[in-house]
Amino acid sequence: MKYHQPSSFADASAIAAGASGVTRYLAGGTDVLVQLRADLVTPDDLIDVKKIDGVHDIVRNSDDSWTIGVAVTGAEMSEHPALCQDWPGVVEAMDLIGSTQVQGRATLVGNLCNGSPAADSVPAMVAADISVTVIGPKGERTIKVEDMPTGPGRTVLEKGDIVTAVHVPSRGDNAGDAYLRFIPRTEMDIAVVGCAVNLRLDGDTITEARVSLGAVAPTVLLVQEAADAIIGTTLDDKALEALSKAAEAACNPINDKRGTIEFRVEVAGVLAKRAAKIAYARAKGKAV
Amino acid sequence: MSKIHVTTKVNGDEVEFLCDPRETMLDVLRDHLNLTGAKEGCGTGDCGACSVTVDGRLVCSCLMLGAEAEGKEIATVEGIANGEALHPLQTKFIEYAALQCGICTPGILVAAKNLLEREPDPTEEQVRYWLAGNLCRCTGYDKIIRAVMDTAADMREAS
Amino acid sequence: MALDKPGEDYEGRTSYTHVGTRVDRPDGLDKVTGRAKFGADAHAPGMLHGAIVRSPHAHAKILKIDTSKAEALAGVKAVVTRADFATGLEGEEWNVLENVMASDTALYDGHALAAIAATSSLIARDAVKLVEVEYELLPHVTDVDEAMKPDAPVIRAGQQSKLVPEGMHPNVVNYYEGGHGDMDAGFAEADLVIERHFTTEAAHQGYIEPHAALATLGADGKGELWCCTQGHFIVQKTCAALVGIDTSQLRVTASEIGGGFGGKTTVFLEPLALALSRKSNRPVKMVMSRSEILRATGPTSSASMDIKIGMTKDGRITAGKGVFRLQGGAFPDAPAGMAAECSFAPYNLNAVSIEGYEVMANRPKQAAYRAPGSPMAAFAVESVVDELCKALELDPIETRLKNASREGTKAAYGPTWDRIGLVECLEAAQAHPHMQAPLRESEGRGVAAGFWFNHGGETSVSLALSEDGTAQISVGTPDIGGSRASMALMAAEILGIEYENIRVTVADTATLGYNDVSHGSRVTYASGLATINAAKDAVGKLCDRAAQRWGIDPEAVIWEDGCAKPAGPNAGQFDPMPLKEITQRMGRTGGPISGHFEATPEGAGVSFGVHIVDAHVDRETGKTSIDRYTVIQDAGKAVHPTYVEGQFQGGAAQGIGWALNEEYVYGEDGRLQNTVFLDYRIPVASDLPMIDTVIVEVPNPGHPFGVRGVGETGICPPLAAIANAVSGAVGVRMTSLPMSPPKILKALKEQ
Repeated sequence: MKYHQPSSFADASAIAAGASGVTRYLAGGTDVLVQLRADLVTPDDLIDVKKIDGVHDIVRNSDDSWTIGVAVTGAEMSEHPALCQDWPGVVEAMDLIGSTQVQGRATLVGNLCNGSPAADSVPAMVAADISVTVIGPKGERTIKVEDMPTGPGRTVLEKGDIVTAVHVPSRGDNAGDAYLRFIPRTEMDIAVVGCAVNLRLDGDTITEARVSLGAVAPTVLLVQEAADAIIGTTLDDKALEALSKAAEAACNPINDKRGTIEFRVEVAGVLAKRAAKIAYARAKGKAV
Repeated sequence: MSKIHVTTKVNGDEVEFLCDPRETMLDVLRDHLNLTGAKEGCGTGDCGACSVTVDGRLVCSCLMLGAEAEGKEIATVEGIANGEALHPLQTKFIEYAALQCGICTPGILVAAKNLLEREPDPTEEQVRYWLAGNLCRCTGYDKIIRAVMDTAADMREAS
Repeated sequence: MALDKPGEDYEGRTSYTHVGTRVDRPDGLDKVTGRAKFGADAHAPGMLHGAIVRSPHAHAKILKIDTSKAEALAGVKAVVTRADFATGLEGEEWNVLENVMASDTALYDGHALAAIAATSSLIARDAVKLVEVEYELLPHVTDVDEAMKPDAPVIRAGQQSKLVPEGMHPNVVNYYEGGHGDMDAGFAEADLVIERHFTTEAAHQGYIEPHAALATLGADGKGELWCCTQGHFIVQKTCAALVGIDTSQLRVTASEIGGGFGGKTTVFLEPLALALSRKSNRPVKMVMSRSEILRATGPTSSASMDIKIGMTKDGRITAGKGVFRLQGGAFPDAPAGMAAECSFAPYNLNAVSIEGYEVMANRPKQAAYRAPGSPMAAFAVESVVDELCKALELDPIETRLKNASREGTKAAYGPTWDRIGLVECLEAAQAHPHMQAPLRESEGRGVAAGFWFNHGGETSVSLALSEDGTAQISVGTPDIGGSRASMALMAAEILGIEYENIRVTVADTATLGYNDVSHGSRVTYASGLATINAAKDAVGKLCDRAAQRWGIDPEAVIWEDGCAKPAGPNAGQFDPMPLKEITQRMGRTGGPISGHFEATPEGAGVSFGVHIVDAHVDRETGKTSIDRYTVIQDAGKAVHPTYVEGQFQGGAAQGIGWALNEEYVYGEDGRLQNTVFLDYRIPVASDLPMIDTVIVEVPNPGHPFGVRGVGETGICPPLAAIANAVSGAVGVRMTSLPMSPPKILKALKEQ
């Protein structure tokens, strides 16, 4: 295995593009090193991106949107009060990944590029309408997070492509987001179901919403029907019920060691309701 | 297979080593630097027995490559005591029998020390969640949590 | 010592100077500073690193193992297969060898087929990938009930004991039955009879320290082995047999041990490291990865059980019947008999019938796990008792008291109890404030009792006095929970010197006579008894020296407060002679003074405990959280109360994990699906509440200080206690472990 520490994304991309064997990028390493230790994946080229300028920065842009570097850790996000204030759902989703120790290393982009349908931060990023910029042999482009995964362990990224930054929209007024996941313990598990809700209010009425589900299909889902179920409502019981049904209907899960189809579908509906209530309360300015 | 030359600081001392790019920081500590205090309980970041801090940040040394240590400051359980003076957490862990077999103890001490440096007055819930990545199979955590809480109280009083 | 007659050992002391105090443990400093040396912490000059080739198949004939490419890799120094081990072994030794290195058939996912030693562990791991194995896949079975069906694949023919009822599948390898009384009459007498089927999944001990060994063995047949084990003497005996050398030529040193819970009572890596060392003529170190531990060491059995209990309206149990089928991997010895024996132990029954079936399946050889067999049996029986209490509107503790085993009760498996502490535990539970605390919505309270035999076992201890009046003790039982402190406390009590002036060492196999494994909750009992008697042996010699100095009869000297004293006024007028004064002169008064004791003590004294748990169930997701937990258990006499509490708490925590989330998940292909801690879900710190403890002390007549082992009973009640709490919380009776959220939610929906 060759270990590279390029100083620019262009160099990183060039190394990856020119590599002949298995290539992996290293940011937090919380997936790559596990695969390496287990002899599941032994990359021929490992490209550490942490020496590239700006990868450790969380920047609030002039339009109040955010740019998050690809090596920013979960811990650094949780320790950023203004980011937490704007996007508590995104931050808490990231924060749920692994232990305190894992938080010291794990990154949003790593979680996204690992391609797991159960990745905690991904539904939150989808609900928040986050996109990433990518540089590769074909030049630079922007990809919405919801378009990144193509199946378990797979993304739209091609050989030589590398994510250069995470772009989080401006929060705007009267809006809130939330992420909840179900795990059998209180910590340290992979989501059996994950659900993120991001919404905006006009008075008491929801005017915009995005609902995303994780671990219930081959990829993280953006569920328009679930959003439609609550847009135009005050999140009354009827709306919550419709939301729950829409979330359940969107599920296409599998039976595996972490949960059954039946369980995942049922709990997706439960989490959608619970997450929506939190997002709604946050949009109302309540600390939840 | 070419090895990588790394210069770093471990518990305040400058050290140099050559490592295979596949070797983790934990491998380097244990096999090259003879610091066997950090333990490998899982190799997947799930047990916390290999906990160290890197530039003050708590991490699993099994989830970091040795090559990444260049220019960093690593702190391990071996650096917690100051000469013959134990850190209050160490004293309290013995007093409370917050260890049975002791294999998780180095990681838990490193993690708990890091917590108390950030939050001198943690709630029980904070301690439990902070240490959720440090598995202990012997104690049921009861005495560990009590030892950390009581150390925090003592340290607050002393400061 | 009349050790074969329990009841004659208890001294009946009413107060102690050292025993019962909460001293700092002698290995504390080493363990908080990181310098304690565990299994994987050893290095040797010129050391190689080993790795193992394992079967990915649950059941397959091994047609060919081609190691040539691996051997050709630079840095590889030796490869061993089954051909490098002893032949002609029988019984358990053959089974252990078959488990650690397959012969012609891979019997489970993870079964070792070859081992490689190389100059680095990375090279050894790379070499593993170069070994080519040709398999012929065979049908497999991993479930205990499936393995007993007529059409189940035969795992190994010819293993069935003659005790097995005729017509049973060859995978049923042993059978146990016991009980007494007229079952039909008993059930006829009952106002309510409940019969239920229960299953439990295999759980792993989950010790955080991986198995590790550092071995040196030469062509001269002399070996050195360092390893983490609960019993280095059994390692010595087994390894010597497996590699074909004399037992006495292998010296085994036990490292500090990072948890065992029964799982480190046998060998896995050790014989492979020895064989690799012999072949390479270099020291070889081997350390398991977590996935190797989960796939190929010994979890506990999975179980399938049928329980039928009858009760009268006023809460008297009229009859109890239990059938226990335990899967022990592709090997005999699943603890089905022990499950059966433990099942009804808390109850004084006129009619009881117990049966146990040992079943083979394509899983790794089960190993002991804290009271092997008992937790699953308690889960089944205590669940039915709870259901009867609920149906008949009876108090669960009152009902248990009414039926409780006590001194003189004849147990289902034969013995008549001596002094036991179940009633005292139940009374302590009844009086505990936990029982009166209010419950919130969707929260229930569960109670259950548990039992474990406790064990004596072969034991040998030596104690040597130093000139300066201090003592060093050599024990042969690895310290798995603070036993060095307990031994020193007990010796201090006899010698009359300070705890700090005694150093206890776990001696290697060349230094001390044979010692059984640290298992069966036996260490504080048996090594403790041996330590006390070794100290008494030394005291006898100290008294002799004083008598000699004073010129009086040795029988006229007594030992009190660390001094020799004349027994009475008739013995003469002499000032008390402190231990140190005698040891200072021992070189010229007859030589070094030591005490020894060797025996197989048999008065271990059975152990009972009662747990109370409050559990909350999220009705929408089926998730259970443990809100409050209290452990009440008889310790006989708590030598070090803090460590006794630690055993109670640790047992409860493991039981909670087993009850709620821990399980072995095998795929259709017979491969273990959850081979990392991420998916083998042991409780984390945020999952648990504080675990309250009450130490009950009903002295064990078989120990000088009344000690009963406390290590294992704590894992027996939690499974049922939590099931009973869940039933109280949301009204569903969970009969299959783990009570994972999908199962509870399904039950709630079917309610």
